Amino acid sequence: MKALSRSYLWIIFALLYAPILLLVVFSFNEGGSLSSFTGFSFRWYGEFFRDQVALQALKNSLFLALASSLLATAIGTFAALGLDRMRNRYVKGAVNSVTNIPMMNPDIVTGVSMMLLFVAVAGVFGLSDILGKWTMLIAHTTFSLPYVILSVLPRFKQFDKTLREAALDLGCTPAQSFFKVELPAIVPGVFSGLVMAFTLSLDDFVISHFVSSPDFQTLPLYIYNQTAHEVKYSMYALCTLIIVTILALLLIVNFAGSIGDRRNRRREASK
Amino acid sequence: MKQKRSLLEKAAAVPHMVWVALFILGPLVFVLYFAFTDTRGKFTFTNIELLSSYSHIFLLSICFALVATAICLLLGYPLAFVMARAKPSRQKLLMIMLMLPMWISLLIRTYSLMTLLDNGGLVNSLLVKMGFSPVTMIGTGGAVILGMVYDFLPYMVLPIYTSITKLDRKYMEAAADLGCNSIQTLFRVTLPLTVPGIVSGITMVFVPSISTFYISQKLGGGNFDLIGDTIERQFKYPSTYHVGAAISLVMMILILISIAVMNRFSDGDGEEMIV
Repeated sequence: MKALSRSYLWIIFALLYAPILLLVVFSFNEGGSLSSFTGFSFRWYGEFFRDQVALQALKNSLFLALASSLLATAIGTFAALGLDRMRNRYVKGAVNSVTNIPMMNPDIVTGVSMMLLFVAVAGVFGLSDILGKWTMLIAHTTFSLPYVILSVLPRFKQFDKTLREAALDLGCTPAQSFFKVELPAIVPGVFSGLVMAFTLSLDDFVISHFVSSPDFQTLPLYIYNQTAHEVKYSMYALCTLIIVTILALLLIVNFAGSIGDRRNRRREASK
Repeated sequence: MKQKRSLLEKAAAVPHMVWVALFILGPLVFVLYFAFTDTRGKFTFTNIELLSSYSHIFLLSICFALVATAICLLLGYPLAFVMARAKPSRQKLLMIMLMLPMWISLLIRTYSLMTLLDNGGLVNSLLVKMGFSPVTMIGTGGAVILGMVYDFLPYMVLPIYTSITKLDRKYMEAAADLGCNSIQTLFRVTLPLTVPGIVSGITMVFVPSISTFYISQKLGGGNFDLIGDTIERQFKYPSTYHVGAAISLVMMILILISIAVMNRFSDGDGEEMIV
């Protein structure tokens, strides 16, 4: 039984990883074939880095991910604070459910609905084309918000309220007590929300597909356009680079998380 | 003691509320508006009436998504079960291994699966080497469903895994004491107690499966028109935005209803959104 369950586990994982590993391996394939490996080379990587459109898409993606994750984290952190202190249960419930709509709705509906909003607004102001950098920023911030709140709100709930009272007793203004006492305690949640928003933005294709314009492409959109008709081997190189980056980010986050845990444990131990 | 809330605390959520009203509720209002107007902005039901000609697309999408979800459940439950029974040190590694594909773009995963199954791909060239004739896989319904299963399986496993690990082991011990063998324990105790995990797994697989368009484009070879493809096509030209909005509206309502029904099934506790 044990051998059976173990082999089941590894078979599923092998199937899950086979296509991805294949993609990584064949990105180094000199000959540009998908079935036979003719020799190791960085040829397709070179081709990718000479492609100005791809590099611009990379820049756009990074700009967008950074801007939208910072914006979503700022709005979301304060929203979590406000929600944590909110006394009216009904308002709180309403805000929560509306915030979570993009998480429940299929991405395509979120994308399409935002596109309709932008198109309608553009129509009202007589603009011909509103889609682009700024609509992308709005869309990415919006779908990141629930995830930021999801990772920050529990930190507020766990925060020991007596510490705040102590700060107030010792002469802090409420704002000071927030920025000096409470904020440092929730920073891990804010940080993981930021990272989450960043990766979500980098990764998003469906919503971006509807609210973007050809003159502001991100990497996923570029991949989509490049793979629409034929196989392009430089895309293999790009995908491999993305996979490696994600792996590195995941490791960093896990590593940072374990450092935070250790520090907390040390603090607990010294109490 | 109830403290007075400071101005900061009172106002903190306001920017968020404004943002959410403008960019989550606002767009939904416009979906409604577009679904019930024609190109000149006049109120009409024609867009909704036109949907009856899309009913076969809805049916096909629902079928594909249901089959994919069922396969994910059949493959995913045992996987989650085995993972939850592994040694704690091993579990962490398995979790990361399960999460990693979720962080890799769906585009990339689908694309890599396509290159694997393609006519000149590795599977077919292996088949030819072993003396079989090559099989056309891209463009079949099986390939589309395989793509959905491959892309969304982790979304099924994760919530089930969480709900199994949260189970109190004492229930299983009690069942064993009362004479259940391990199979009976699984079906009579573990399975019913993990229904919330199953329900959230089902929604997390079903929703993206029914609304996908990239998977059907790449693996279906353009032979299959799913709801996602149809919506995507309607939004290429402004004249069909209204029909597209109507299709999106109906799909959204169908999905929200089914999520609500399923959550009723699991007594509410379906908030195991793992991200």
